[in-house]
Amino acid sequence: MTALDFKSRAHAAMNDAKLAPALKRMKSHFQTGRAMAAARFPEFEMLRDRAAAIRRRSIALMPDLLERFEANATAAGMQVHWAADAAEACAIAARICRDNGVRRAIKSKSMATEEIHLNAHLAREGIEAIETDLGEYIIQLRGERPSHIIAPAIHLSKEDVAETFRAAHGDLPPGRDIAERTALVKEARVKLREAFLTADAGITGANMLIAETGTILLVSNEGNIDLTATAPRLHIAIAGLDKIVESWDDAGIVLRVLARSATGQDMSSYVTCLTGAAAEGEAGPRQSHIILLDNGRSAMRASNKAEMLACIRCGACLNHCPIYAATGGHAYGGTYSGPMGAVLTPLFDGLRENADLPNASTFCGRCQEVCPVRIPLPMLLRHWREDAFAAGIPPRGERWGLGLWRWAGRANWRYRLATRAASLGLRLTGWWQRGTIRRLPLAGGNFTATRDMTPPSGASFQSRWKGQR
Amino acid sequence: MSQPEAALFVTCLADLMRPEVGFAAASLIQRAGFTVVVPRQGCCGQPNYNAGDKAGARDLAKAAIAALERFEIVVVPSGSCGGMIAKHYPHLFEADDPWRPRAERLASRTLELTQFLARHPLPDGPKAPAGKIAYHDSCSARRELGVLAEPRALIAAHTDAEIVPIADAESCCGFGGTFCVKYPEISARMASEKTAAIAATGAGMLVAADLGCLLNLGGTLKRQGSPIAIKHIAELLAGEP
Ligand code: SF4
Repeated sequence: MTALDFKSRAHAAMNDAKLAPALKRMKSHFQTGRAMAAARFPEFEMLRDRAAAIRRRSIALMPDLLERFEANATAAGMQVHWAADAAEACAIAARICRDNGVRRAIKSKSMATEEIHLNAHLAREGIEAIETDLGEYIIQLRGERPSHIIAPAIHLSKEDVAETFRAAHGDLPPGRDIAERTALVKEARVKLREAFLTADAGITGANMLIAETGTILLVSNEGNIDLTATAPRLHIAIAGLDKIVESWDDAGIVLRVLARSATGQDMSSYVTCLTGAAAEGEAGPRQSHIILLDNGRSAMRASNKAEMLACIRCGACLNHCPIYAATGGHAYGGTYSGPMGAVLTPLFDGLRENADLPNASTFCGRCQEVCPVRIPLPMLLRHWREDAFAAGIPPRGERWGLGLWRWAGRANWRYRLATRAASLGLRLTGWWQRGTIRRLPLAGGNFTATRDMTPPSGASFQSRWKGQR
Repeated sequence: MSQPEAALFVTCLADLMRPEVGFAAASLIQRAGFTVVVPRQGCCGQPNYNAGDKAGARDLAKAAIAALERFEIVVVPSGSCGGMIAKHYPHLFEADDPWRPRAERLASRTLELTQFLARHPLPDGPKAPAGKIAYHDSCSARRELGVLAEPRALIAAHTDAEIVPIADAESCCGFGGTFCVKYPEISARMASEKTAAIAATGAGMLVAADLGCLLNLGGTLKRQGSPIAIKHIAELLAGEP
């Protein structure tokens, strides 16, 4: 990631001529998909309530449920590891690979592994990790990070992808026709099949951890997760502690809101449930590991942002966010983007370094409206703003202005004096600029950079209202 | 029989930038059968609250509560400031703070203007001429207060307007209080997408119940050289030119 700040990254993104049409396509595709899925399923709102309750209960009981998960998974033959942070999780994954002579691993899309920068760590240990989700494969070839939690390459056009493939697949005939999406998918499939057949290990994330049986549940649309988890002799799953649910019934309810909110499908194409490891003579990995990743989650659970742990990573809040639609995911500068990323990134990467993220929101509330588990995202962003204010992070000018406004508002005469002065100032400016204020040297002239301001027609309402009491 | 009283909380934006909205709202409340009282008032505290300055917001909320709590009904010609009082004020105070019940009482008595007029209808009269208009819902009215049908019903009942739908109506206009000066580029992008959708309706006028959205969109339209005029719903219903 670049060292630039959010505003510069957003500026660059908004001036990228190819990004805007890609984001527009994404927005209409996902928004329509979700709206149609909700419309043809009358119980959707009720199911959202249940999913919201289930997720909150799971987080409330998280430590106990995780212990049950550990006991049941271990009994079924899975090896359970606990990682306090990213470094520990990476070290555990690398050690398992080393101990088993793994040189080449295939991976399915996993935000947890993005969060801990696993691929880079494995590469340093001499282990090659190949992404098998099409979008992840593309951005891996380009050395980028996902710009959307469920559609990692959403910022790219098919022309970008063709160019990437030509550069990466030098062994294929340069004259081949890969202009269309189907041709691109076909080419990726050929390349990935090689990887599936030769990998020593498969690394996945997890969509849910089911405590009552110690089962890992994964969803996908490309079928690559099945292969990643079961084709190689060794499987490593990495999951945030928040992925826990108690029962299969709970998992079923969450599944029914997940795909509808994410892509507008009634159900994702594949749901993979893995319990234990394969015995001698059975198909599947002979060794199965799960790394349970804390990385700040326990701390979050104890904070006023605990509800964020209910997130099921569906992406609906991104798909409906006007800020995300303008800037795309890379502007956020972290693993996660959109409203959920603006809540999570300050936790993972520091509030001071990411103070823009909770502020870059109009609190329009659309994210909360579509979130399947009803996370009050604007309220959580507000909590970050309160933390930032308490830590003195906002610029001095802003803090000074707020303090002045507070002071003025505490005595009505001061408020009236301020209004009177402002009204006079604006009317004079308007008169000077011939009726319309086109430049106003307040807040850097930012309001009038793209807007005209009509000066007040006269003195303030309160000063003219007769008989005020 | 003496008329019941209703307090008008005019909002600092209308107070300063468009006093006509205050006068129009006052005349509507009167026509709905109430005596309008305008107690001395300031800002609801939302700028501080949204900037993370909860203590500052609390101070401003206390001033507003003290000014407004003696009224049975408080009317606010803005979904944003109305939502601040009706939905957020109680959260500013801890459960054992003596201000908490006062905030809750005020919250339960505060109505956004179109909510108020839906409950206390205006007498029938001649329909104000309006032509083809685009109506923009502020995010706070739509999502915080659930106000969607009220303004449309009022416009249909009291004007001859034809309301044309704006594409992608659920999207925010990009105002967001200080957001528009903190993130001017993103705000301008959101505003210009909204004004493009408004221009595509062929409406001659943009009407909304929140002055913030109107100043943002009206200012953008004007800078673009668009002939589309803006009007607050209070001005439209009061039949102001
Ligand atoms: S916060 Fe809600 S909408 Fe956003 S990704 Fe998580 S579950 Fe989905």
